[in-house]
Amino acid sequence: MSTYTAPLKDMQFVIRELVGLEEVTALPGWGEVNAELVDAVLGEAAKFAQEVLDPLNRSGDQQGARLADGKVTAPDGFAQAYQQFVAAGWNGLGGQTAYGGQGLPHIVSMPVQEIWNSANMAFCLCPMLTSGVVEAMRVHGSPEQQQQYLAKLTSGEWAGTMNLTEPQAGSDLSAVRTRATPEGDHYRLRGTKIFITWGEQDMSENIVHLVLARTPDAPEGVKGISLFIVPKFLVNPDGTLGERNDVKCVSIEHKLGIHASPTCVLSYGEGKGAIGYLVGEENRGLEYMFTMMNHARLGVGVEGVAVAERAYQHALDYAKTRVQGREIGQRSGDRVTIIHHPDVRRMLMMMRAQIEAMRALSYLAAAALDKSKHHPDERERGRQQALIDLLTPIVKGWCTEQAVEIASTGIQVHGGMGFVEETGAAQYLRDARITTIYEGTTGIQANDLVGRKVAFEKGATALAVIEDMRRLDARLAQAGAAEFTAMRESLKEAVDGLEQATRWLVETYPKNAKAAAGVSVPYLKLFGTVAGGWLMARAGMLAHEKLSDPEADHEFYKAKVATARFYSEHVLPNALLLAREVSSGADSVLALDAADF
Amino acid sequence: MKVLVTVKRVIDPYVKVRVKSDGSGVETANVKMTMNPFCEIAVEQAVRMKEAGVVSEIVVVSIGVQQCQETLRTAMAMGADRGILVETGADVQPLAVAKVLKQIVEKEQPKLVIMGKQAIDDDSNQCGQTLAALLNWPQAAFTSNIVVNGDSADVTREIDGGLEKLTLKLPAVMTTDLRLNEPRYVTLPNIMKAKKKPLEVVKPDALGVDVTPRLKVLKVQEPPKRSTGVKVADVAELVAKLKNEARVI
Repeated sequence: MSTYTAPLKDMQFVIRELVGLEEVTALPGWGEVNAELVDAVLGEAAKFAQEVLDPLNRSGDQQGARLADGKVTAPDGFAQAYQQFVAAGWNGLGGQTAYGGQGLPHIVSMPVQEIWNSANMAFCLCPMLTSGVVEAMRVHGSPEQQQQYLAKLTSGEWAGTMNLTEPQAGSDLSAVRTRATPEGDHYRLRGTKIFITWGEQDMSENIVHLVLARTPDAPEGVKGISLFIVPKFLVNPDGTLGERNDVKCVSIEHKLGIHASPTCVLSYGEGKGAIGYLVGEENRGLEYMFTMMNHARLGVGVEGVAVAERAYQHALDYAKTRVQGREIGQRSGDRVTIIHHPDVRRMLMMMRAQIEAMRALSYLAAAALDKSKHHPDERERGRQQALIDLLTPIVKGWCTEQAVEIASTGIQVHGGMGFVEETGAAQYLRDARITTIYEGTTGIQANDLVGRKVAFEKGATALAVIEDMRRLDARLAQAGAAEFTAMRESLKEAVDGLEQATRWLVETYPKNAKAAAGVSVPYLKLFGTVAGGWLMARAGMLAHEKLSDPEADHEFYKAKVATARFYSEHVLPNALLLAREVSSGADSVLALDAADF
Repeated sequence: MKVLVTVKRVIDPYVKVRVKSDGSGVETANVKMTMNPFCEIAVEQAVRMKEAGVVSEIVVVSIGVQQCQETLRTAMAMGADRGILVETGADVQPLAVAKVLKQIVEKEQPKLVIMGKQAIDDDSNQCGQTLAALLNWPQAAFTSNIVVNGDSADVTREIDGGLEKLTLKLPAVMTTDLRLNEPRYVTLPNIMKAKKKPLEVVKPDALGVDVTPRLKVLKVQEPPKRSTGVKVADVAELVAKLKNEARVI
């Protein structure tokens, strides 16, 4: 059984050299953050993940969360691991210092999240949702609410959940029916919420649910939804825990993956009604919830990177130990490990190249997020905000779609042994499978990208990113190495395809939004693929430059150049197909009427 | 009382060590390094003693290249109060280590020195004992329990025949065995705080110690590959093979 080792070298390379840690740490408020601190944080996070979270990944999958008498019990060892996690202060990594957090930038917290998720994705969902609740309350909560909840949520002593979905209200939240009736300084909530991740558990002292519900005279649709804080245990004015609130877990789902994470059906107000406190103003709940959603969407994108990395490590370990057959073309001699077979190598390279590209894009998004909040220049903040708005659906949609494919390739490397659960490779595919669905399916991400991001601003940010991509060509030409000649050509074709597709969408969307929506997922994948190719080419160029330094880590940089080249030859050509699919494939999507199926 | 703890930066125990192609040693460039696990146990012991109110200050010392500062920061994140790096790029051998530490001890005047029993890279297992001899202090190597009572300490040592219990007069040098404690995970707030703790850098020359190696490494090579085993039919054949082929009995 292989175990997880955090890919610290690649993380450090992306953080420092590719994305530029210094640009982030130069921003006001992060003077104390430097490369040494980041190394120390990543090193200790890796240690904790490898020694505490990783050993519970398999057992948690096998045992699963259990429900009895309205109480959910996490798999063995989870509660203790959670308490260790909280005691070690990890929950507060990115949290505000005013509430006991460490206030570290996303360029640090995102790699740490990747590490947690590789070690144990089901476990990590709990702290991830808590940080989403913290973010929503930080922005929209009243000072009193912040005072009452943020310190405990930042430390992780209390966990947070997000309650959107109802049986009839999935991707379409306008159909939310949960009722909130005013009563003095609070509301009474009644209704059923489903798919509530870690909605009930035995790991934290309290759970703070953020719940979407309608007040009695609220308008129909999305403009009539408000956001409420509903704590599992009511909080007394002195901060101690009071009465149990009228919310209970009535069942947990049997799922394909993330077995250790309880997905709860929560019933609000079976008795007197669950006490809830309004966040911000009435009827603006969905807008507030999106603060949390955007945050969570990047988090899910990183889950994709993380599970893919884990699947890769597992497959690599197997390929290096499984002996089967002789080298191709050899009729005699020793049998070799399967990593000697070219197609196994191709699969491993494919996994590796895609993962490195996904990691680069996610961390780039993290840096953009930091700059969008902390840059002293307002215009630059606006520019970075537009960039992060554009990148969020791509990181979420593309990284998770890739993760499913990569985890599947991981099984393929194992052959028949991958299909049996015993080897553990299957868990990564099962776990990865949810990532393209929750926090908005890939289709929802693509609609967001095409409609609200690209078409809405007439492609401004997308075309600016494309210009950035084009600028790399001159630098690649300067690098002069033979590897880069083919890479430049491949990148240029791909960027041309992306630009063409972007222009087609900007033109088509106002006239025929349906046609644009029909090819929005291929466009999202196209953007991810080309952005990945751009970043890998840049990584390859930086690595090539480093190779002239005799002190540098030649093994790492040589591998980076080779991986970048593989990406440009095996992954990037897909951009041409995707671009064509976007520009000329819309009609056939809707050629048949719904009735024709 | 003041405690001095030593830490060594070594190749991470989970890394597969590779011999340099010229046979002059093992590859350490661009290899993940970490605190020697026995030193970690020593730091943990000191921190626990501080938390119990027995110790007032923990000074942590390392000898080696500039990157040993990271190892010192880790020790400070675990709870040590300040660090001293004796910076040198030389291959510092056990006697030189003990001599350097003697100078530091004389300057710092700790009541107790806690060291790992050995470092997992060269497994010398000499520094603690040599330091005690140079200082002419009592020593207890391979401890699995330490209880300080004023000016003396009761310790349990792990020896070949079992456990040995001793009472030592302080000041003394002690080295840690595996079962003394289980080191804690460093907390994130303490990593941040450790950045601000004082770290002094001195050179061996300034301490008046010559760290030039006295032992010469002739060659380092991979252990021979294990050859395929054979199945023996019975005990008699096994004994015969051990006697005649392996010549071990």
